[in-house]
Amino acid sequence: MSYVGEKTLTALPSLLSLDSQPGPAKLSSTSKLGNLIRGITELTSKHEEEKLIQRELESIKEQVSSPNTSMRQMKELMVRAIYCESLGYEASFVYIHAIKLAQQGTALEKRVGYLAVSLFLNESHELLLLLVNTVLKDLQSTNLIEVCMALTVVSQIFPKEMIPAILPLVEEKLNHPKEIIRRKAVLALYKFYLIAPNQVQHIHNKFRKALCDKDPGVMTASLHIYLQMIQENPEGYKDLTGSFVNILKQVVGGKLPIDFNYHSVPAPWLQIHLLRILSFLGKNDLRTSELIYEVLDESLRRAEMNRNITYAILYECVKCIYTIHPKSNLLEKAAKCIGNFVLSPDINLKYLGLKALTYVIQQDPKMALQHQMTIIECLDHPDLIIKRETLELLFRITNAQNVVVIVEKMLEFLQNSPDDYTTIDLVGKVAELAEKYAPDNEWFIETMNTVFSLGGDTMQPDIPNSFLKLLSEGFDSVEEDRKLRLFAVDSYVSLLQGETRKLPQCFLQVISWVLGEYSHLSEDHNRSTVLRLLEKLLDMKQTSSETKCWILMAMTKLCEGTAGVCVAQQVSETYISSMDTVLRQRAQELQHLSQDSELREEVLPRDSGLDPMEIDSSLSFLDEFVSGALAAGAAPYKPPHQRQEELAEAKVLSLEPYGLALPISMSSCSITDRHSPTPLSMSSGLSGDSTDVSHRAGLKLDGVQRVWGRDGYLAKKESVEEAAPVQGLTPVHSPSLQNEGDGSHSQTPTPTPTPEPDREKEQLASSLFFGVSSQSSVCLMGKPDSTFNRRRKAKVQAPGVTEQLSSSVAPVSNAVDNLLCNNLQDSNINSVSAASSKQTCELSPRVPAANGTCNTDCGLPESDRKRSNLSISRDNGLVDADSALSEDQGSRSDLCPSSYLPAELCGLYRSEIAPLCTAHSLELSACHVHQGDDMILIIFISNSSDSQVLQIRLDLKSEQLKVTCVSDSSVENIKSHTVAVYQYSLAVKRPGVDVEVDGTLSFLLPAGTPQTKHFSYKLPLTAFIRPLLISTEEYGTMWLGFSHEVKQNLTLVDDGCEPLTFTLNLLKNRLQLHLVEIIGLEGILACRLLQNQPCLMHCRVHAGALAVWLRSPVPELPDCLVYHCQRVLQEK
Amino acid sequence: MMRFLLLFSRQGKLRLQKWFTPISEREKKKIIRDMTNMVLARQPRSCNFLDWKDLKIIYKRYASLYFCLAIENQENELLALEIIHRYVELLDKYFGNVCELDIIFNFEKAYFILDEFIIGGEVQETSKQIVNRSIEASDMLQETMEEYMSKPAF
Repeated sequence: MSYVGEKTLTALPSLLSLDSQPGPAKLSSTSKLGNLIRGITELTSKHEEEKLIQRELESIKEQVSSPNTSMRQMKELMVRAIYCESLGYEASFVYIHAIKLAQQGTALEKRVGYLAVSLFLNESHELLLLLVNTVLKDLQSTNLIEVCMALTVVSQIFPKEMIPAILPLVEEKLNHPKEIIRRKAVLALYKFYLIAPNQVQHIHNKFRKALCDKDPGVMTASLHIYLQMIQENPEGYKDLTGSFVNILKQVVGGKLPIDFNYHSVPAPWLQIHLLRILSFLGKNDLRTSELIYEVLDESLRRAEMNRNITYAILYECVKCIYTIHPKSNLLEKAAKCIGNFVLSPDINLKYLGLKALTYVIQQDPKMALQHQMTIIECLDHPDLIIKRETLELLFRITNAQNVVVIVEKMLEFLQNSPDDYTTIDLVGKVAELAEKYAPDNEWFIETMNTVFSLGGDTMQPDIPNSFLKLLSEGFDSVEEDRKLRLFAVDSYVSLLQGETRKLPQCFLQVISWVLGEYSHLSEDHNRSTVLRLLEKLLDMKQTSSETKCWILMAMTKLCEGTAGVCVAQQVSETYISSMDTVLRQRAQELQHLSQDSELREEVLPRDSGLDPMEIDSSLSFLDEFVSGALAAGAAPYKPPHQRQEELAEAKVLSLEPYGLALPISMSSCSITDRHSPTPLSMSSGLSGDSTDVSHRAGLKLDGVQRVWGRDGYLAKKESVEEAAPVQGLTPVHSPSLQNEGDGSHSQTPTPTPTPEPDREKEQLASSLFFGVSSQSSVCLMGKPDSTFNRRRKAKVQAPGVTEQLSSSVAPVSNAVDNLLCNNLQDSNINSVSAASSKQTCELSPRVPAANGTCNTDCGLPESDRKRSNLSISRDNGLVDADSALSEDQGSRSDLCPSSYLPAELCGLYRSEIAPLCTAHSLELSACHVHQGDDMILIIFISNSSDSQVLQIRLDLKSEQLKVTCVSDSSVENIKSHTVAVYQYSLAVKRPGVDVEVDGTLSFLLPAGTPQTKHFSYKLPLTAFIRPLLISTEEYGTMWLGFSHEVKQNLTLVDDGCEPLTFTLNLLKNRLQLHLVEIIGLEGILACRLLQNQPCLMHCRVHAGALAVWLRSPVPELPDCLVYHCQRVLQEK
Repeated sequence: MMRFLLLFSRQGKLRLQKWFTPISEREKKKIIRDMTNMVLARQPRSCNFLDWKDLKIIYKRYASLYFCLAIENQENELLALEIIHRYVELLDKYFGNVCELDIIFNFEKAYFILDEFIIGGEVQETSKQIVNRSIEASDMLQETMEEYMSKPAF
């Protein structure tokens, strides 16, 4: 292509003298644009250029707004405007004219109009809405070129909200006779899929048709969509593996038309696309992988020419081979390929070789040994990108033995790191390695010091956080902890004694925290020395006010003795009038403390460092305030996602049918209510678990030791012992690696070829690759590692804190339900049978036993279920808790409602019979029975008096439930000492966390006076949840279709080995969900709300918590369900 | 997926810019500046790939013109290099021995060709013939219009 340059020179004079060169290119050099361009190249200064362009823009502006300008002139003006914009001058006044041109011009002008639009505007530009009509018109045009242009612009920029307007037309184009139109339509749909997947999920079968299109171009285009979809959900498309393999076979076999060849390689883009798709499909799936092996082998064999493009294919093959289920002969070939890459003199190939190695090493650490000398050479490569990639590779093979050398290399690179992005990335990696594998305290602290000073204030904030956490939590041995802290203190004091001006703020913050916390450990430095050093920092003008706060906090902890108090008072004087309120606050505190030694003793006792401190994470101290506010008419709290949803509902054009809109009503209130706290007196009793240890989150304040998570730490000694035995370079596979590779790795490891380069490199190699092959797996890749280092362990614990905090809402809400329920019902229920009052007393000693017992029961779905489980397990139908209770209440035993249960419902899963209310001699009680997919509510009215009760009427109504009476005979009179039974079938109209039925009982007393009585029965939503038996594939398609979703992090219940499986099974059993599948760290569950409203749940273990994501077509359902999940897990 | 394609001269003058994802004007200016600085500073015979933030920059020089393509990290770098090459081939076929001046004076044509070859950051059509045929089809219109224009109509 060097001829381009020559031609540039030779063509220059003739071009400038503007004559009649043939070809499509030359005409415009004579035009106004040509003049403009030439004018600009003749200019010498930026200033002149600016002036010229301004003049040009002025003239364009004048002409475009003139009514006499024809479309053809407009086109020419538009090109000039594009040119000006591309030079960086704004010409926004032409945007609207670009749209006009696309609208009104003939084909040629239209094309320039569309081009200008796609260059000027971006997806969110408001003018784009004006384009929709034009696109619509052009899509319907009979002129193919116009249709093409419209499709092209649609797949470049199109407002997301307007997709539904043109979607049918684009879909229609999939059947167009012209392949170019079909191809462009597929690509437009791909674009839609990327920006709004929900909009196109109904046309998935049309994608399949495109995949089978007779034109290879259309088929290729459809692969973009498939790659995307398969990447998101490989399970859903396993059935297509065969087709993809077939296509690839045909391509590799040269069955495509010759013009798809690129430098005589058949359709390389298509090949690579297919290889990528296949690697997603075959990942962790032996059966699918088996289908792929043959074609991979074929591809490797065919791609043996020395061309860039064949290397590209080979590289993709290698990646695929190492991604899918391993097969030994392919792995061998792939390894050879990688060798060719790495050893290639072509620097691009070398780079790719390193990249492939980095990828491969996760599965096969011995590959690193084979190429160790090359790796060492690359480490000193003049090209930074090669060096960087090598470090990346080393990062993957780091272990406790080579960490010192590798970290040193990384820090060396960091010293002259080119940009912030690399620095942030590498600093994070060094910190990770240091925490994971630090050989000793000194090294750890020193490395972290370098990290902090190099990383500066750009680095991720979690690095200093986890470092401080690590220091404060410590490890198993108290002595070790003390040494580590002491070393840190010493090292910081000496740092502060030197030059401090260059230290980044976040390092200063770390230093001041550590000094404040632990400087008492050091005998060499007394507190006043440290205080002086800190004071010096305060005086530095670079110190930010945030850092100053940290320093003042540290001083607060250190202020002691006359010298200390003196310094403290001096400092607080200075800052007490600061403009920064936080700083002022700290200064105030410091002043108070320094003046009052008794207070100091009390607040900061000398040896309190190790005492755990607990906080009430349920924030119950705010309960009174909130309930007061609620009573005064404040709106109840809504969780952010609901607020957003409502906002979105309000703002966006609704394209869904009206029926689906979220009703904002009672039920949504009941969802939100649970987030509002409750008066302390109530919650303390009911939500007993809120003060349970598991819900205590450590106070994230300085100087406080956390209580949880101590067990499970590995002693340092153990890890050293385990790692120590393997020495030298010879790779020795530990058994676990062989198991992992499923035999494919079991071929005898070839002895490492050790060439004879200079000794220095060899030494480096031996230090770098020390212990590489001995590791059973590379820790980074998340495989379980028995030699998990202590520091890492400490870090792993970290996410738990946030989880604990975030999930702590539940105990409060737990109580709220009961409370609200109680409050509401207090007036309605006068007295109640003592049946369950004992239980109530246990739960809430302060609730008067006679009040609201039934509600308490119903409000606690888990205990409710537990009890019903109990009753089921205890009997085979009839004898249950009630009979036990009835012994206590001998006089009533003859009216025990359970014995009146309709025969057909006996033996079915049912809740305990709960008393509803009493009125004179009548006692109402109720239970719900699961009869297949029906939920039956049974109400018992027992008459314990000696006289008959007449004209009994029972009316049930509910906002949330549909209640239908199923009892055949309407009982009107109840004789003395008998029980009447009413049956109702319930169906959920609108889900809430709990659903409630309100009832009115009216009857005539023997005296003839009419009486009415209100009651209510509440049952948890979980009673209406049933497993939904679907396959993973069905799950995949359903998932896309549901619009209402909720995401939340829940506690992961750990039973010791498989927390995910355990937790999901727990949820499955307790909430009656269907566990569809567990794949690695993810699991999916499905359930339906009776009768047929599905809800899907996707769970993923993330940072020690269970990230759940629920979707359903019913607006409130996910929210309610996540609430119940939370309760199940918390109860556990 | 590709993120953007920039063409600039050895002097750092931007000749063509195509953004496949929405980016603010300010960000664009910054990227252009970063790219020209980074790429022009490269030694000859060094690697054609660069790291930039979370993207990979693939660049190649053809005569006085630098082609600079940003791709996502998991993409195939070598293939991206071939994408650049194919684009050059397409330009060459259309203009017949393409040179920088062709692209300067007929940048809109270069855009049209690009739009036929890459769309929304993905390769749309890899067959040289087909791309050219569709460009020519639209150009047929152009030719007749140009003829029409050359008449002294105004």
